[in-house]
Amino acid sequence: MTNLQNFSKGFFKENAVFVLLLGMCPTLGVTSSAINGLGMGLATTFVLIMSNLVISLVSNLIPDKVKIPSFIVIIASFVTMVDLVMAGYVPALHEQLGVFIPLIVVNCVVLGRAEAFASKNKLVPSIIDGAGMGLGFAMALTMLGAVRELFGSGKVFGITLFNENYGMLVFVLAPGAFLALGYLIAFINRLRKA
Amino acid sequence: MAGKKESTFTNMVLVLFIITLVASAALGGLYELTKEPIAAAKLAKKLKAIKAVVPAFDNNPSDEMYEVEMPSGDKLEFYPATNGGELVGTAVKTYTTNGFSGYIWVMVGFKPDGTVNNYSVLEHKETPGLGTKMAGWFKPSDPKKAKSSIINKNPGTVNFIVSKDGGDIDAITAATISSRAFLDAVQTAYNEYMKNQKGGTN
Repeated sequence: MTNLQNFSKGFFKENAVFVLLLGMCPTLGVTSSAINGLGMGLATTFVLIMSNLVISLVSNLIPDKVKIPSFIVIIASFVTMVDLVMAGYVPALHEQLGVFIPLIVVNCVVLGRAEAFASKNKLVPSIIDGAGMGLGFAMALTMLGAVRELFGSGKVFGITLFNENYGMLVFVLAPGAFLALGYLIAFINRLRKA
Repeated sequence: MAGKKESTFTNMVLVLFIITLVASAALGGLYELTKEPIAAAKLAKKLKAIKAVVPAFDNNPSDEMYEVEMPSGDKLEFYPATNGGELVGTAVKTYTTNGFSGYIWVMVGFKPDGTVNNYSVLEHKETPGLGTKMAGWFKPSDPKKAKSSIINKNPGTVNFIVSKDGGDIDAITAATISSRAFLDAVQTAYNEYMKNQKGGTN
């Protein structure tokens, strides 16, 4: 598998949100606006790349029986780093994402890639896999956030496209997340079959 | 690389110990590095909220901050703002639990006589698009909507209750509960402010 194939596998063909339907909790929870989705996606991407990097390096030194605890400690460390750095330098976004940042630890995409890919592959493919999966996740969250923000409040990335009063409030609320995600998955499935 | 490590007891303990040691060292270091920016960001946010609600001041209101504990155990925070030594206003961090969901935290600025100077909503979980409108509803720029404004009104003379309940303030359309809660928070702040005012005029 070439590097490009490896990347596009995570980014599109096996997109965590649209195809594998993994990591639904942050996907539905934080995507009330495009910027929230992008922030969450990039934070997850960072954690994915870094944990894949470290795990591909040390996985041979870890006995099988303590594999999962070791991976979780490594992942949790990177998540805490993201949490601290965001609280210090982008406090507004950090407040918006709230509890979902620490919850990246339990995002099954991250542990899934560590276990299924990084622990069995060399350094470079692991980093590319993390980048592909992470950016695919970020893209999906940004798309979902943009759709919900547009229909809900007439804005995309905070730029007003039409008057807020014509927005459909339901898209900003929880049910709108499910609706928008369902339609997006249908749309992506159509694209993949074409 | 050498073959995979056996899952013997010593191997497992050793590996987990090293991993947690490295992780905690890295996190401890990063915590020290980010401690200052985090504290600065929090302070900047608070100062910004204070600045928005009281007239221009030249002291540091955080230094003269005092707290009043409410029966529920939560605290109201008072930030006196002075200009040239004279009290020009007090920002009060107040709250209510009567909202649609959870706490609503509001920063209200009072002039020395208790008249509302301005306010800013700090934190809430009200319904987006309805309750969230309170951020601007109670300080309209349109003079036609003066009845929904609380700016330059004194809770001692104006009845801070939504007009639907017989008060003097118009509630947010379709968000009466949030409006009642908001006014409740302001009223609480006013009551405590008058009780605790330095100089004790009341």
